[in-house]
Amino acid sequence: MSPPLLTIEGLTKAYPGVVANDDVSFDIKPGEVHALLGENGAGKSTLVKMIYGLVRPDSGRMTLHGRAYAPANPSDARAGGVAMVFQHFSLFDALDVAENVALGMENPPRMHDLAARIREVSETYGLPLDPARTLGELSAGERQRVEIVRCLLQDPRLLIMDEPTSVLTPQEVEILFETLRKLTREGVAILYISHKLEEIRALCDRATILRLGRNVGTCIPRDASAREMAEMMVGSAFAAPERAARETGDAALELTGLSLRSPNAFGASLKEITLAVRRGEILGIGGVAGNGQDELLAALSGEVRVAPGAVRLAGRPVGRLGPGARRRLGLLTAPEERLGHAAAPDMSLTENALLTGAERENLMRHGFLRWRRAEDFARRIIERFDVRTPGPQVAARALSGGNLQKFVIGREVLQRPEVLVVNQPTWGVDAAAAAAIRQALLDLAGSGTAVLCISQDLDELMEISDRFGALNEGRLSAIRPAKELNVEEIGLMMGGAHGMEVAHV
Amino acid sequence: MLRLDRRPQPSRLWTLLTPPLAVLVTMIVGGALFAALGKDPVVAIETIFWEPLFGEFAFYYRPQLLVKAAPLILIAIGLSLGFRAGIWNIGAEGQYIIGALCGAGVALAAYPSESWLIFPGMVLAGALGGWAWAMIPAVLKVRFGTNEILVSLMLVYVAEQLLASMALGPMRNPEGMGFPGSRNLQQYAPAHNAELIAGTGMHWGVAAALIAVIFSYVLLNRHILGYHIRLTGEAPRAARFAGVRPGRLILFCLGASGALAGLAGMFEVAGPAGQVTIDFNVGYGFTAIIVAFLGRLHPVGILLAGLLLALTYIGGELAQSNMQLPAAAVQLFQGMLLFFLLAVDVLVHFRLRWRRAEAA
Amino acid sequence: MDLSSINPILLLASLMVAATPILLAALGELVSERAGVLNLGVEGMMITGAICGFAIAVETGSPVVGFAAAAAGGALLSLLFALLTQLALANQVASGLALTLFGLGLSALLGQSYVGIRPPATAKLDIPLLGDIPVLGPVLFSHDWMVYFGLALTLAVWAALKYSRAGLILRAVGENHDAAHALGYNVVGVRILAILFGGACAGLGGAYLSLVRVPQWTEGMTAGAGWIALALVVFASWKAGRVLLGAYLFGGVTVLQLNLQAAGVDIPVEYLSMSPYLITILVLVILSADRSRAPGSLGRIFHASR
Repeated sequence: MSPPLLTIEGLTKAYPGVVANDDVSFDIKPGEVHALLGENGAGKSTLVKMIYGLVRPDSGRMTLHGRAYAPANPSDARAGGVAMVFQHFSLFDALDVAENVALGMENPPRMHDLAARIREVSETYGLPLDPARTLGELSAGERQRVEIVRCLLQDPRLLIMDEPTSVLTPQEVEILFETLRKLTREGVAILYISHKLEEIRALCDRATILRLGRNVGTCIPRDASAREMAEMMVGSAFAAPERAARETGDAALELTGLSLRSPNAFGASLKEITLAVRRGEILGIGGVAGNGQDELLAALSGEVRVAPGAVRLAGRPVGRLGPGARRRLGLLTAPEERLGHAAAPDMSLTENALLTGAERENLMRHGFLRWRRAEDFARRIIERFDVRTPGPQVAARALSGGNLQKFVIGREVLQRPEVLVVNQPTWGVDAAAAAAIRQALLDLAGSGTAVLCISQDLDELMEISDRFGALNEGRLSAIRPAKELNVEEIGLMMGGAHGMEVAHV
Repeated sequence: MLRLDRRPQPSRLWTLLTPPLAVLVTMIVGGALFAALGKDPVVAIETIFWEPLFGEFAFYYRPQLLVKAAPLILIAIGLSLGFRAGIWNIGAEGQYIIGALCGAGVALAAYPSESWLIFPGMVLAGALGGWAWAMIPAVLKVRFGTNEILVSLMLVYVAEQLLASMALGPMRNPEGMGFPGSRNLQQYAPAHNAELIAGTGMHWGVAAALIAVIFSYVLLNRHILGYHIRLTGEAPRAARFAGVRPGRLILFCLGASGALAGLAGMFEVAGPAGQVTIDFNVGYGFTAIIVAFLGRLHPVGILLAGLLLALTYIGGELAQSNMQLPAAAVQLFQGMLLFFLLAVDVLVHFRLRWRRAEAA
Repeated sequence: MDLSSINPILLLASLMVAATPILLAALGELVSERAGVLNLGVEGMMITGAICGFAIAVETGSPVVGFAAAAAGGALLSLLFALLTQLALANQVASGLALTLFGLGLSALLGQSYVGIRPPATAKLDIPLLGDIPVLGPVLFSHDWMVYFGLALTLAVWAALKYSRAGLILRAVGENHDAAHALGYNVVGVRILAILFGGACAGLGGAYLSLVRVPQWTEGMTAGAGWIALALVVFASWKAGRVLLGAYLFGGVTVLQLNLQAAGVDIPVEYLSMSPYLITILVLVILSADRSRAPGSLGRIFHASR
């Protein structure tokens, strides 16, 4: 039995008002894939940031290679053989691949030699990359490769991966796992952070589970059931959302040949999207991030205007109408980014209720605002959707991700939309809130609303949608009934492996 | 080690407290500056802040306060609308000049008519002139995405040159014996922006400033347009999501601030200044930026800040004649005020904490 | 009107002189903007540099010491901006304006006793042989050393941004400060240094105005040069080489309109004096179509929360 590579004892880190990590201890052995499992907000990110030298613990200690380890910054961590692949990438769009790699290295070789090394390593591990390409042009999967290659170039002994599969298709996930297994055979330890239980069962040797900042147990994922792990992670079992059998009616929303140049330099342009959502139905749109999801939402919300006939609401062309006019006709939307897009961070919940509620909830008269009614509306949302907050005068920024998301979704649902479009409704939200939001969407569809749910979480889409399609580079796949699909087929709809290849083992 | 912890929401208390705190800090540092110049700091501060209000000649200075504050408030109210939405009109000085030129132009063209329509015509022309001058950066920004900060500022220099050419050319007083400068509008009754109540300093510009304060208060707090202005400043993407058309908002904010600055210029040229001269503008357009920030971009705050800055102008002049304090010292003093305000503003959004230095 | 009185060789030669102050200031601003900091206080730093350089050069009799003092003065003023925006996390637009207003007042106060004095002359770098080449000699090789310093600085900034590790880190910080922080770079530290560099360069540019170009001290003498330098950075799409091009273009316009004024062209002086500002606007309009080159984090506040 080899001695542990990294031992963590009693790590504690508190922030004002919240203890992110409370006396966490575990160890990682060389050549092991160790899972760190937990809900959003369980303290996984803070923990790995302490290992990577970005955050310093209040107390506790770490031992690496048998020596005391207290990195003052990421340079120290890298010098100790610790490398990290970030969830929200630590990459620079306007720089090229080689420059991006160089920035994550302690002593990068000259650019010319570095480019050669990048080619070499990327080929060995089946992660093809062109060092001269500008990063912004790369797909999400390719960007992750840049991060991984950057780590591999430094011969890491411990590789930290923060939710690496959230941006990959199922096929790409398989290839990534091959690469990781190859690394472990070379003796590299991997700390693998995720909340996807099946993945962890497929890949990891051991798992440490965090809940509310505490280590609540360690298990061997292959021997535990997904259900057991889920209960350790969440603390209690959740009822899966119920879906009542329901009738679907006429098409409420139709897109016909919708094309849209992305306003963002590095975004995906929509190409000839055609679909119809019927009353009482949930249509799920999957796909890896950056394949046109934001653009699709913008075209539907009215933030970007398109050809009149490209978007029809109950047969009526609305492509040229703005967000306010579309809301009046019953087309409501909830974008992915909660702070700054769906809600204004520094404004109160009352003011945020007004943001989309002004038209349908009668919150203004002749342009003059009716603050009392707006406040009532905010209160109704808070009550109906169990938003945990002292009251409607609180700034949106002060709410947790889950609570704010409940507020945002609730704000639209309470306006009784004809059509509701949501993008990533449960992204970064704790399990309880996610379940509540999914249930709300199902109930809404049950009451006859047409729901279009854009999401990168396939499990979520399979759980709630009636039919499923996927966006890939701005194109929409054929739409098929969700019940007929398996993971393999879904992966292909999302674009398969996007040019990745299996590691040359 | 001093650390900043972000507050969950901006502190209401500090929002109100930081402007007076900034004034206090400025007084202390300014006092030190005056001491360094060899003046008695206490006397200097007293001369600037006390004398004009409660001193021996307060009866003379108090009306002056309104006269100086009116253009500052009028301009700052306009600027605050844009600043709230993240639209930076830095060229109010230029719009002020053009408003004055247009207003005076109407009067000079009508001379020596005695029609009562002249003054309303001047008001209209002044507002339109400032509006049109501000529309240049607005339209360029909407149409081409040009930076409004730079364009509006460049137009200040253009306006100054235009002012010079007008004062020396077309608007020069034909009976002025060749001196630069226009006819004095104070001596042309239909165009004169006279005191409404003698001895109070209260002229039409002061009335306009008060109306602007009320109007802007209602707009920002009770009307959807004001809500959209604030929303755009807080979260531009959320504003677009709410249905704001950014282009229209830019046109409105820049247009409104231009019109108000133009009005200010027109009231000034027709009243206190009296004539178009080369150095007619004295930097109100820039000082109004300080007023807007010091007033927290809030109408009532701007009203108070405008009075305070007007006081520094008057007190500064007083200190200049009584104590030979250089004019530039007051200018510096005003600059410092904005500086310290921005510095202490950190308390609104962040909590300062002392932390034991962490072991490396 | 006598256009023949305009000597094209002198015109080209003075173009390089006229371009130097905005070139220096724009290079400094370029570096701080590439680090993600929009410092609108260039005008204030320039005029502070103008008076610091002037006063010290007069007192010591040495223009070299004067320029050094100008750089120090500009940097010191920019330090205030750095404290405000990087440590107190104040809005960069407002802080830049504050810096300009403050700098204008400060310089007026400092400069009171220096009005109407002539500064010591800055040495010309008469390059033997090269300076004697007809046409090219007087145009290119017979200027004061600051002109060549400006050219060298352009080259240095360009090379440093493109090839050096420090330049790469600076660009990374300007592009995406969160990512740079995650990789362990000191975002605030890099930005403070970039701001100081910008301040020093603006100071040098201002001193060049008061010590060489005019040469005299008058209140508000920069007359918008700092703002033109800001426009120049946009014009140059944040590239050092194009800053040089832009500076020469503006230098050319300035010199030409001054020559036309001197030649007594039948256009009122005021309209000629407007032309550099109008041309700046025009150029901004033409070039604003392409905003994609702006550094990704430009003007955004960075606060490492968790």
